[in-house]
Amino acid sequence: MKPLFATMEELIRANVHTIGKFTVDPRPLDYKNVKCSPIEKLVFAVMYGKQEEYEQQLMQVGLRDRKAFTCTAYLPEVGNVPKKGDVLSWAESSAVVYANSVLGARCNRNSGMIDLFGSIVGWVPYFGLVTDEGRKATWKVYVKTTKKPEAQILGSAIGMKVTEDVPYVFGLDRFLGEELNEETCAYLKDFGAATASNGAVGLYHIDRLTPEAKELGERLITEDAKEYIIDDKELERVYKSYPVMWKNKDAKPALCFIGCPHLTYDQLMDWTHTLSAALKEAGRKKVKVRRVMTAAPEVAEKFRAAPEYGQLTAMGVKLSSICPLMYTNNPVTKGKAILTNSNKLRTYSVARYCKDEKIVNILSGKEGV
Amino acid sequence: MKIFRGRVLAGGKWKGEAIVSHQGVNTLATFQKSALKNAKEVIASDQNNADLFGKCLTGKALCLPVTIGSTTGGLVIQTVCSMKIAPACFLFSEHVDSLAASGIVLARVWEGSDVIAVDQLGEEFLNTVKTGDTLEVLEDGTINIL
Repeated sequence: MKPLFATMEELIRANVHTIGKFTVDPRPLDYKNVKCSPIEKLVFAVMYGKQEEYEQQLMQVGLRDRKAFTCTAYLPEVGNVPKKGDVLSWAESSAVVYANSVLGARCNRNSGMIDLFGSIVGWVPYFGLVTDEGRKATWKVYVKTTKKPEAQILGSAIGMKVTEDVPYVFGLDRFLGEELNEETCAYLKDFGAATASNGAVGLYHIDRLTPEAKELGERLITEDAKEYIIDDKELERVYKSYPVMWKNKDAKPALCFIGCPHLTYDQLMDWTHTLSAALKEAGRKKVKVRRVMTAAPEVAEKFRAAPEYGQLTAMGVKLSSICPLMYTNNPVTKGKAILTNSNKLRTYSVARYCKDEKIVNILSGKEGV
Repeated sequence: MKIFRGRVLAGGKWKGEAIVSHQGVNTLATFQKSALKNAKEVIASDQNNADLFGKCLTGKALCLPVTIGSTTGGLVIQTVCSMKIAPACFLFSEHVDSLAASGIVLARVWEGSDVIAVDQLGEEFLNTVKTGDTLEVLEDGTINIL
């Protein structure tokens, strides 16, 4: 990534910094919680050998502090929560789609570095999702499933279908209700990340739920909008279309990553309770597969103060704040059979996607892959 | 010979081989493996794109609807252009997306790359051009499928 370092050097030489402080995507490594073999460490040393230098560069340009490494800066614990109508200069596809859709802020899918330039000058180009016209939906998506769809598969299906267009989704309010609460926001975080990584969605509207859909309803939909119907069969078709990239497709899983994008506090709690119950039912004390859950440093810190943290670690689960995607970039890790419930991680690595329920069953030893 | 005309984003004259993706190209997933290992050429590594997976993209005309996926996309395009392993041309059937546009402009202006980009070539272009076709790209955004 020579151009990245060269641009940063040029900004520092010119004594240029951002107007406000910023956060960046998570760090790639955490040897304490995500163990690596000596060979892996050797390769990581080459791949991410400039991480410290990069962090020093970021600090000089305006990085908030040494904890400011997460893809979920918009969570209350992290504290960068834009208001409806705020115009942003963000990158990170999952954060952009969340800010636009759930918070009602306005942000284009800026390329990494372009986001930094916008934060330096205090202006962004006026086009696309910053404009009223660009926020109109050109797809009507009807969710007709018999139960609450897995957020990551629904998002994947919609992302693949609409690519970079704006979808207006009907029928999800049956499962999510009409109020944005912590559980709903976490669902939409994961849903949005899948729309953005499996497609290029920067904004979605959920009928009766997301701010602009509540305010403007179907007036947000263009006259010539296309239609996409999602039922149980369609979701299953999408799920089964994911290629399994493990070298040995029948291998026993070696590692499981949960938290791409980073988990919310409530999600950490839910996973702890769910896993604990599943292990109890299976008569086990520890998870069968080495498992890492990832969350923003502030969220992880809050969770470490709760009794559930002890419960989680006692089950053999580690908590980290790394980026699983950057970890799995290591060619040596590609030989590992890694499981995930993240469609984003599946897209960018050889990790195998499983639904939440299946992951719980595998980890508790109730079923194999 | 079939002729198409698009909008010039980064002009140039070129003749060579086409490689076609009928779905959006996930830039990070496609280029990351080659970029990270300082490869001499880009072998497309996105397992979700059957049109491109495992094929060489370096020095070819990548014909695609738009790019998709991570917002590192622009930086990735800039990087592979600086490494001189990028496709020679990006030929978009649709309006270019914000990520590809950023990457192509930064590559041309800051990296001195001669990467060519033309957009709005239309759906018919993507339905007509086939991987392996020889293309002639002209300065005014005309694409001749020879």
